[in-house]
Amino acid sequence: MSARDLVLGTIRRSLGVTGAEAPRRRAVEDRIAGHPAGLVPARGQGSAADKLATFVRMLELAAGTVARAGTSAEVPGEIAAFLRRHNLPMRVQRGADPLLAGMPWEREGTLEIDTGKPDPASLAAVTRAFAGVAETGTLALASGPDNPTSLNFLPDNHLVVLAAKDVVGDYETAWRRLRETYGEAMPRVVNLVTGPSRTADIEQTLILGAHGPRRLHVIIVGDAE
Amino acid sequence: MSDLVTSPQFKANARSALADVDLQNALKHVEVNFIAKRREVADRLPEFERLRDSARDIKDHTLAHLDLYLEEYERRVVESGGKVHYAVTAQDARTIVLDICRALGARTVTKGKSMIGEEIGINAFLEAHGITPVETDLGEYLIQLRHELPSHIIAPAVHLTKEQIAADFRRAHVGLPPGRDLTAPTALLAEARAVLREKFLAADVGITGANFLVAATGSSIIVTNEGNGDLTQTLPKAHIVLASIEKLVPTLEDAAQILRVLARSATGQEMSVYTTVSTGPRRAADPDGPGEYHVVIIDNGRSAMLGGEFRDMLRCIRCGACMNHCPVYHAVGGHAYGWVYPGPMGAVLTPSLVGLDKAGHLPNASTFCGRCEEICPVRIPLPRLMRHWREREFERHLSPATLRSGLRLWAFFARRPSLYGFATAALARLLRLAGRRHGRFRWLPFAGGWTRTRDFPVPQGRTFQAQWRARSRAR
Repeated sequence: MSARDLVLGTIRRSLGVTGAEAPRRRAVEDRIAGHPAGLVPARGQGSAADKLATFVRMLELAAGTVARAGTSAEVPGEIAAFLRRHNLPMRVQRGADPLLAGMPWEREGTLEIDTGKPDPASLAAVTRAFAGVAETGTLALASGPDNPTSLNFLPDNHLVVLAAKDVVGDYETAWRRLRETYGEAMPRVVNLVTGPSRTADIEQTLILGAHGPRRLHVIIVGDAE
Repeated sequence: MSDLVTSPQFKANARSALADVDLQNALKHVEVNFIAKRREVADRLPEFERLRDSARDIKDHTLAHLDLYLEEYERRVVESGGKVHYAVTAQDARTIVLDICRALGARTVTKGKSMIGEEIGINAFLEAHGITPVETDLGEYLIQLRHELPSHIIAPAVHLTKEQIAADFRRAHVGLPPGRDLTAPTALLAEARAVLREKFLAADVGITGANFLVAATGSSIIVTNEGNGDLTQTLPKAHIVLASIEKLVPTLEDAAQILRVLARSATGQEMSVYTTVSTGPRRAADPDGPGEYHVVIIDNGRSAMLGGEFRDMLRCIRCGACMNHCPVYHAVGGHAYGWVYPGPMGAVLTPSLVGLDKAGHLPNASTFCGRCEEICPVRIPLPRLMRHWREREFERHLSPATLRSGLRLWAFFARRPSLYGFATAALARLLRLAGRRHGRFRWLPFAGGWTRTRDFPVPQGRTFQAQWRARSRAR
């Protein structure tokens, strides 16, 4: 008997079932197909402006920082300003994301853009989030050539571009957006990111920048509709 | 590591823990930090108590349909290009991992923090077979340098002071300037980060645990704060997920419900920094990610627990809140419990996994104050489950002879209320008479266990039962 059959067999014996019972099968199929939302906290709800305000408040509570850009054309300027503010080299890595690719990077003459393979030595990367979740100030990012997932973790400084219209109230809405884009098949990785990397493993002293980025800077593009 | 069970010596472990000054200093942080932070975030979310109900119900529903959810999950992992391996025992799981590593010619393996990894003793096993495992969670790395087990399920090195850590770094990180300043925690972190960054980039295989397996999508989810788990699973050639069967949840929506109580109960954060949903290996167009994605689904006694009175324990999401709130844990720390799972959840789980004969002391190490049940995010009735173990210990004659005969003697009187009242009143009078000079006893016959560490006060006035009777009559 295979290990699989042994495990499933013991589970069924413990539960007193055979696995063929129609009502049980239906319960499981319905749950998966319907993926009902449970209790959603009121905190993330409200108007688009409320959601955006909650998102910013919660993100800052988690030690992230925020800048606003009227249009995506202003993003390269915001990135350059961030790098200057922190005395960083004028160089940033990014993936092939069309929104990022379409930005007027040439306006920032000294800013160097690297779209190559994720480089462990690079100090700053910019990726695009497909959603921001207001209730906890959480960014949702999907992996792929557009936004390689290692760019979210390798560099010391993680810059994230988020459209104001992509700020949603709760995780459930973020999952819905994900399904709208990808169907039922998931992207290889979805990263939910809430603030910069941290540890409290040394005498419970909170220190930012454990293995991942020391800084998380979110540039919100546009206004709440 | 699973062989190194010192739970039978719980009493001796506890005694030396109480005398360990470094440990006592380190433990002060647990009580102060974790409890206050949890309280604060729980109070800030009006729906928190109802979310706990929801998390409990999701876990119960999944456990009741576990066979079917496992099949659904497996099907979708395979569809996304991953591989599922089933392990009945810890030994099966270790062998599966070793075989995957060998097939890839792996020499070093990075590891994210995983309690099931500790449970099956994967590190010692890989090491014995010529593969170097490197823990990358800072706390796990610190205890790996000391060849210790974690003393807390979410803060594995909570028992260490920064001076001890600095000494370990000087010993382990050879080649760095010996005169370097390691007094500040930030300096320690910077050094660990630099050392481990090299390991991440050199590793052949990355092993992580899983906080959830999602049946609807075939995904595994890990929750971390450092980002080490993500580097562990993204950079090497293969990602191996170690997960026990009860990690299943039906959908992403269900995972979201439980996530809302997990970080709040664990570290007192609104949300952990990194929650990562992984589905299958690297896709054709991906510039990064592991070429192979394996999930090892580990039973190790859990499927049998489903049928008995300890089924509720399988709801556990490993947040550590029960130990953070436990007065016994605050006093003796995690190592005294003698295996990988300490505190109230360990006192219930350890006897199931290593046997009551070895871990029978653990369910006794409780004041039954009930705080663990009060704060458990999935509402596990931990005191009741500990009581089940105590009953079994008694039934199986595993408790010491003195305790058994003492209980028998007490039962003789307790079944005869008037004799009980007479005897206790007489005893109280006798003690009052004998101790009237000092008001306390430094030593009493048959009470050495009490008087060895503290004085026994002389009874004041009448017995409780006599006072109760008098009061009821007066009313």
